[in-house]
This record gives sequence, structure tokens and C-alpha cells, in this order.
Amino acid sequence: MVAEKQSKFKWGMAVDIDACNGCQACVIACQSENNIPINTEDNFKDARGIEWIRVERYWEGEFPNVKAKFIPILCMHCDNAPCEPVCPVYASYHTVEGLNVQIYNRCVGTRYCANGCPYLVRFFNYWEPEWPESFQNHLNPDVTVRSRGIMEKCSMCIQRIRRGTRDAKKDKREVVDGDISPACVQACPTDALVFGNQKDPESRINKMKNDKRAYTLLDHLKTNNNVWYLAKVDPDIEAHHGDKHHGEGNHKEDSH
Amino acid sequence: MQQRRILSEKQINAELLNGNLATPKWYFPVMGVLGTGVIIGFITILYMFNRGLGVTGLARPVYWGLFITTFVFWVGISHAGIMISAILRLTQAEWRRPVTRAAELLTVFSLLTALFFPLMHAGRPWRIAYWLLPYDFARGIWPNVRSPLFWDPIAIGTYLTGSTLFLFVALIPDLAILRDRTTGIKKGIYTVLALGWRGNPRQWQLQVVAGILLSALMLPIFVSVHSIVSWDFAVTPAVEGWHSTIFAPYFVIGAVHSGVSAVVTMMCLMRWLWKWNNYIRPEHFDALARLLIVVATAWLGFTFLELIFSLYGRDAPEIALRELQIFTWPWNLIFITFLLTGYIIPVGCWLFKRCRNNIAIMFWTTILVNVGMWLERFLIIVPGLARKQVFVYTWEGYWPSPVEWIIMTWSFAWVSFLMLLFARFFPLVPLFEAKESQVFTTEMKVGRATVPMVIRE
Repeated sequence: MVAEKQSKFKWGMAVDIDACNGCQACVIACQSENNIPINTEDNFKDARGIEWIRVERYWEGEFPNVKAKFIPILCMHCDNAPCEPVCPVYASYHTVEGLNVQIYNRCVGTRYCANGCPYLVRFFNYWEPEWPESFQNHLNPDVTVRSRGIMEKCSMCIQRIRRGTRDAKKDKREVVDGDISPACVQACPTDALVFGNQKDPESRINKMKNDKRAYTLLDHLKTNNNVWYLAKVDPDIEAHHGDKHHGEGNHKEDSH
Repeated sequence: MQQRRILSEKQINAELLNGNLATPKWYFPVMGVLGTGVIIGFITILYMFNRGLGVTGLARPVYWGLFITTFVFWVGISHAGIMISAILRLTQAEWRRPVTRAAELLTVFSLLTALFFPLMHAGRPWRIAYWLLPYDFARGIWPNVRSPLFWDPIAIGTYLTGSTLFLFVALIPDLAILRDRTTGIKKGIYTVLALGWRGNPRQWQLQVVAGILLSALMLPIFVSVHSIVSWDFAVTPAVEGWHSTIFAPYFVIGAVHSGVSAVVTMMCLMRWLWKWNNYIRPEHFDALARLLIVVATAWLGFTFLELIFSLYGRDAPEIALRELQIFTWPWNLIFITFLLTGYIIPVGCWLFKRCRNNIAIMFWTTILVNVGMWLERFLIIVPGLARKQVFVYTWEGYWPSPVEWIIMTWSFAWVSFLMLLFARFFPLVPLFEAKESQVFTTEMKVGRATVPMVIRE
């Protein structure tokens, strides 16, 4: 706990659902950054696909007045993570920088952490990972290729965080907001995903998490998430409440 | 009323050692069939190690399935040992005598089998030493003491050690009898195992004291083992069907229910296979069935309490889970089968003395209880994970793969194989207990009735 307080960083992410258009660029970026095996159709049919970040799609209303809503789900890096105390070998581990990471060497594959996780963002390697021949040279050398029988999960691209802090140290300067971005954040075309240091009062994430649209998922479980969501601005509801100036939503789409 | 027959010590020796000093006719065919099952099972396990857990039916979000169900089932069965031999010894229930050893044996072998499941269920079974043993002092990483998965091997290891000691202490006088009746290499082995037993008063005193002491020491384990197994589930706040404070006593009483039933099943088999009708008598079945009525009813109470506790909060995910567990196909079929086989049919039968004294009925009803108890564990573990929760995105059902079914069947063949192997070399009914029972019990005429009398230890 002391080390956590002394650490200069506490990483977090904010997801503006209002800006998310469900393009799945984050999913692909994560897939290639983190050496995740290709999710074939069979993987999905077996419910064994691995997506460290996934975009869930919800339909609202009846055709033709139907709306699609998207919500990207990734590891919430809970401060009070249910996956951590249950691991018998400390493979599920909390860093002093507030990240919930998986230590592959330690993992024996009990899958207890995955049962404990309310967001189901932990994935088990049922088989030895395989890539087509042409992909062999595309693997990211900074990221371990996970063998079969272990759990894996979002690390907030810890390799990029390490590189960012190392470069800053080399240049004898502080890490500034925007220096470091995980692959999903970098790939997001609408800037819906924002990554940053919560201990930096000037960081964008700090402003976003204090926004009145901000909330965390499954709050009642008291897992103290480090990923905030900014609620979708629904023009219909907004019109109803008469508060037309609040939020970043596009009010022109109002169908009434 | 009293079914006891006066038997000479010679007759007791001859009858109870009939499987040890000679090989029964059915022995080799049965062992052949069981052995084939055991070999097929081990080949399947090796195949699973070789290919990975992909060969099971497990998938997100059901990460634990048939293996963990079977693990809990066997740990449950293992509670028979302490219930019968420790608790009934301390309460001086006379009718425990013929079945103490069989119950202890069932404990040891079912625990050994139970241990296989979580271990082979690990993704990298060749690394489980890191989980089971404190390791790697150089890096200062010890197993996580907060994890119930770390408590499990400790609880089960303690239980296994205690049961094995208990079994051995009670076996010593019988080993000496076997030592005196065998020749050659067998005699040598029995001599070593009998630890120089000569049957003098001091040795008897030590043996009795050791037995009572071990019984008392094992009582806390009796409560703790299945409580700890239940905490594997109860500590996960995110799984509605698992996160329950009532799990520890609920699992323990369920374990007694299935364990004592398994002992009754075994008693029937012992009667049929070795013809020990003089020792395992209908009165024993009668007493155990009465005990089971109480245990089963208490267990049913816990089942409903658990349901009421979870519904009392009127929490939407909790209600959704119960709806899946109880009313949704195919879980509703499993739930009904579980209620019928776990309680309604067996207890309905046991209420009648004619059923309690009928060996065949007792055999089939106790088999039914264990079918029900296995289904109970399955109903807790799998729907708990497969429930429709928010942010799952895949609401896949779970269906065990052939590999899982084969390995589950293997566990039954393996336990039976070990039991029969043991029965070939050691007496299943304790000889000295049978003799002691002859000495301690008698009949007395009170008025017109003949009443059985017991001298207390």
C-alpha cells in the first residue's frame, strides 16, 4: 500500500460511450499489439475466442426505429479485484501503478480468476497458439507469446507504459499526458478511449472521470474500477429533460 | 429384534478372512473389468495432458465443469469415514463396528481420487508444485494464502494423513492375525506392518487410546474439509449462485448424506460378495437408514434455506440465476431428478421398516442418493457460471466432452479397483471389532421381551 501511494502513477482509462461507433479498430489493434492468436470462426463457436478488449453491441427499439449501442469492455483493472485473492500462485497480481496484470510464468491454469471476474475479461489458452506462416514475423517482440494452459488478459499495454516511462527518464523529464497510449487508445478514430495517469491532476482522464456522465460498471460489487465510462447522451432523453446543452452528443439526430 | 448370532472366534477368523486367505471366484473377472476401465481412464488423462484442456467442453464463461463437480463429489463421499468411525466411535454407537474400516477405506481412496481432479484440471499440470508447495524462496514468492485453492490441498492433505493413520491403527491387530496365518513373503510383509503386535493388554490399551485420540483430533477436520471446499465457491462475490454464506454447513451436511449413503452401498456389496451375513446384518442397515433420514432432512432444509436466502434480497441477477437453475430446460430436468433422487424417493422408502431391512432396496436407494448428490454439485457449479449475467456477451451452454465423461467414469472404476485390491490383502471387516462386539453384547430378559444389552467401553 505504501509503495502504491509513493508511486507517481496510477493508470486508468476513460471510455466515452457517446463517441464510440463500434468500429472494432481497438479490438484489431489490441490483437496485433499483444500477439493474440487469430480468432477463427471455430474459436467463436466454441466460445473460446480471446479478445482483451471487445465491443459489445446492444440493439434498442424495434425496426425501423432501431438504434445500436456499443460499449467497449476491457479489464477494469479493479483496485479491489476479485481475481487477485483467489489465485493460489500470485499470477494475478496488482502492480504499484494500479494495474492488474497476469504473470504468465507463475500461472498454472486453475482458471479460478476467470470465475471470479464479473466482466469476463480473462481468457484461457485452451490450445497452443498458432499463426499462419505469413504472420510469423509480425509478432510483437515486446510481448510474450502465451503457451497453452494459462490465463491472459489486458495489461493496458504494459510494454508501452514501460517504454514511455523509460524514455521520459532517459530524457530527464516527467511523463506528460499523452506520452503513453495503449494500442486500443491509439487506434480509436473517434477518441472514445482515453488513457492517462490519475495522479496527474492535469490529465484528460482526471477531467473525464469527474465528468457528471462518468460511471463505473457493476458499481454494486465495489471492485473500485480504474476504467470509467461516460454515459451515452441520448437525444430523446435529453430533449425530455430539457437540458440540451449538456454532454457531447449530436442533438441534430433527434428524430422528433 | 436381535439378529446377532453367537459366533466362535475361530468362525469369525475363518469367515472374515475368506477373501484374504483365498481368492474368491468372482475376483479376477471383476478386477479385469475395473482394471480395463482404469487403464482407459489413465490413457485419456495422458491424452488430455498431451493435447491440452481444449479437449474438454469448457468454454467462456464456464471455466469449471465436470471435473470440479466430480472433485466435490468425491470429497463429499470421503466424509463417510469420519462420520462412521470417529463420531460413532465417540458416541459409542455399537452398530458402527462392522463398517468402520470400510468407511475409513472409502475415505482414503475417495480423497486420493478427488485430489486427481483439481490437479489434472489445471492448465499446466506439470507446474502444480508451485501451487501445492511453498516454493522459490530465492524470489520470496510463496503460494497465496488468501486463495481457497491453497487451503484445499492443506485441508485434504491433513484429512488424508489423519484417515490413513486411523485406518492403520485399527488394522494392526488384524495384521497380526494375518501374519500368523500366512507363509513366505506375505508373512514377511504382514510382520513388518503388524509392528510386533502380540495382543498384550498394554498394546490393546495403546491401540484403543490411539483410536479415541485420533477420532477426537479428526472431528475438526470433519467440519473443515468440506467447508473449505465450499469456500472455493463461496468467496467469489461476482458469481451469484456461489457467493453464499451458508455454503460451509450446507456442503458438510450434504457430504455426510452422500458419504453415509456410499457406505451403505458398500455394505450391501460386502454382504453379497463375501457373504458376511453374520456381521453386516439388517439391523445395521436399519440404524444407518434412520441416521440418513435425519441427515437428509437437515440437508434438504439447507437446500431450501440457500434458495430462500438468495431470493430474499430480490436481486435481479440472483433471481435470473434461480430461474435458469430451476425452470429453464435442461436444468429443470436435472433439478427435478436431483430432488427426487437426493431426497424424495430414498427418504420415502427409508420411512418404512420393511425397506430399511431390505438389502436390495437399501442398495438402490443409496445409489440414487449419490446420483442426486452428484447432480446437486453440478447444479451449483455449472449454472452458477453459465448464468445470464451482464457483460458476458457469450451466453454459451456447457456440455461435457467425451474426454470428461470418460475421466469421470474412470474415477468410479479407480476407487472400486483400489477398494477391491485392498480387500484382497486386508480384511474389510475388523476382526477384533467383531470379537469385541461378541463379548460386549448380550441379551437380557425384561419381562416378556428380550432386550439387547451392550457393555460400554
